[in-house]
Amino acid sequence: MKLDTSGLESTAPLFGSLSSGIHDEISAAPSFALPNTINFDGFQKEAIQMVKPAKGTTTLAFIFKEGVMVAADSRASMGGYISSQSVKKIIEINPYMLGTMAGGAADCQFWHRNLGIKCRLHELANKRRISVTGASKLLANILYSYRGMGLSVGTMIAGWDETGPGLYYVDSEGGRLKGTRFSVGSGSPYAYGVLDNGYRYDMSIEEAAELARRSIYHATFRDGASGGVASVYYVGPDGWKKLSGDDVGELHYHYYPVMPSTVEQEMVEVTGA
Amino acid sequence: MTKQQANWSPYDNNGGSCVAIAGADYCVIAADTRMSSGYNILTREYSKICKLADKAVMASSGFQADVNALQKHLAARHLTYQHQHNKQMSCPAMAQLLSNTLYYKRFFPYYAFNVLGGLDSEGKGCVFTYDAVGSYERVGYSSQGSGSTLIIPFLDNQLKSPSPLLLPAQDAVTPLSESEAVDLVKTVFASATERDIYTGDKLEIVVLNAGGIHREYMELRKD
Repeated sequence: MKLDTSGLESTAPLFGSLSSGIHDEISAAPSFALPNTINFDGFQKEAIQMVKPAKGTTTLAFIFKEGVMVAADSRASMGGYISSQSVKKIIEINPYMLGTMAGGAADCQFWHRNLGIKCRLHELANKRRISVTGASKLLANILYSYRGMGLSVGTMIAGWDETGPGLYYVDSEGGRLKGTRFSVGSGSPYAYGVLDNGYRYDMSIEEAAELARRSIYHATFRDGASGGVASVYYVGPDGWKKLSGDDVGELHYHYYPVMPSTVEQEMVEVTGA
Repeated sequence: MTKQQANWSPYDNNGGSCVAIAGADYCVIAADTRMSSGYNILTREYSKICKLADKAVMASSGFQADVNALQKHLAARHLTYQHQHNKQMSCPAMAQLLSNTLYYKRFFPYYAFNVLGGLDSEGKGCVFTYDAVGSYERVGYSSQGSGSTLIIPFLDNQLKSPSPLLLPAQDAVTPLSESEAVDLVKTVFASATERDIYTGDKLEIVVLNAGGIHREYMELRKD
C-alpha cells in the first residue's frame, strides 16, 4: 500500500532515469510506507501515542507599518516531561519568508523544509520569488491532501513579497486564513490578550518587537506547556532578521524587577524589660 | 466471525539509554549494551552504537528490529552517496538524511529514538537529537531512551549549555575536556543503572576527534 506522493516530487528527477533494483528503492521519489492493517485509524492512534506528542506552544505573528513581526517560545513537552527547552519554532523557509511551528514537531519541520524546496524551485523556474499567498497555498494544499491521516500542524507563513508584507495561518485540517494578527498554540489565549491590547498598526519596529516579546513572555508565564526562550523575528523589505532571543526566566525579572521591600517596622532595642 | 489478532502490536520496547556530548574538538557517544523485553533480559552485549560515516555515529534505543532496519537503510544510502560524490557524508548532512528517513515512515514509524554525534566540517563536535518521526535539533548534549528522564536532568545540572536560540548567541559546546566528558558519561550511566531496570550490563563509549574514532568499555551492574 503506497500513498500518492506526487506532492513531494521535484520537477526534475534527482538521479536521472537509471533506476532499478536497490537504487530504485533507496533513491526514488520519496514515498510514505503505510502499515498493512485494516484499522488504520486505530494503528495511528496507538503509534502516535508511542512516539510523538510535542504539543504545547505559543507562537504569534502580526503585520504592522514596517512589516511583519514573528515570535515564539521554545519548549517541547511530552505530557508533563519537558523534552526540550531549545526548539526552533520559527523556521527559516528562505531569506524572505518564515514559518512558525505548533502541533507535531516533525510534521511542521518536514513540511516547511519541503515548502522551502518548492519555493526555491519556483524561484528558479520563474526568475522571481514566490508570493506569500502562493507559498501558503502550496502548504495548505499539501496538508489538505493528507487530511484525516493524523498530521498535526498549526502554522503561520509570514514574509515579504512584491505586494508587501504577507501573513497567512495554515493548519492540518485544511484551513488557510489571511490576516494581520494571529497567535497559535496552547498559550495563544494569553498571547492574544496582551497582543490585542497593545497592538497599533503604526508601531515602530522597536515597539512591535517589545509587544511580541511581552506577549510571548506572558503566555509562558500562564501556560505551563510554553517556556524556554522567547525568539522575535522581523520581516521587512530586505528579508527577515532575528531581533532577539531571551530566556523567559530572565525576562521575568526584567518585567518584574525585585524591589528591596520597604521596612514597615524598624527593629528597635527594647528599652527596659 | 470473531475478531482476530486484535491485540497484536508490531512494536516492542527493548529499552536502553544513549548519551552524546559535543565538545570543542571532540564528540562522545555512549550507550549501554543491555537489550530487554519486558522483565526479560534478552542479551547483555548488544551494541546500540552504529558508525554511519567517518564522522557520524548514531546511538539508538527503542525497538531494535526497527533500529536494525534503519541502520541498514542508512548504510545503503551512504554507500550510494559515496559512489555519487566520492566522499564521506558530513555529520550535518547525515543528520538531515536521518530526519527525512524517519519522516518517510511517518504513518508507520520506526520505533527508534536516536542521537547522532559527530564532527562538523570545522572539526567541532556536534550532537543531533531526534524524535521517532524525524523532528531534529542540534544541541550541545543529549540523551535518549529509557534512562533519559534520569540522565538529562543530571547533564542539565552539570553542563547547562546556553540555548542556541539566545541572541547574542553563546557557544553551545560543553566547556569540558575530552577526558572529563568521558568520566561524566561513565558517572551518568552508573547512576542511571541504579534506578532504571532497562539500563545496565556494560557501557560502550565511542569518542570521535581529529585523531579518528576510539572505543572503550566499562562494566555496569548486571542485576
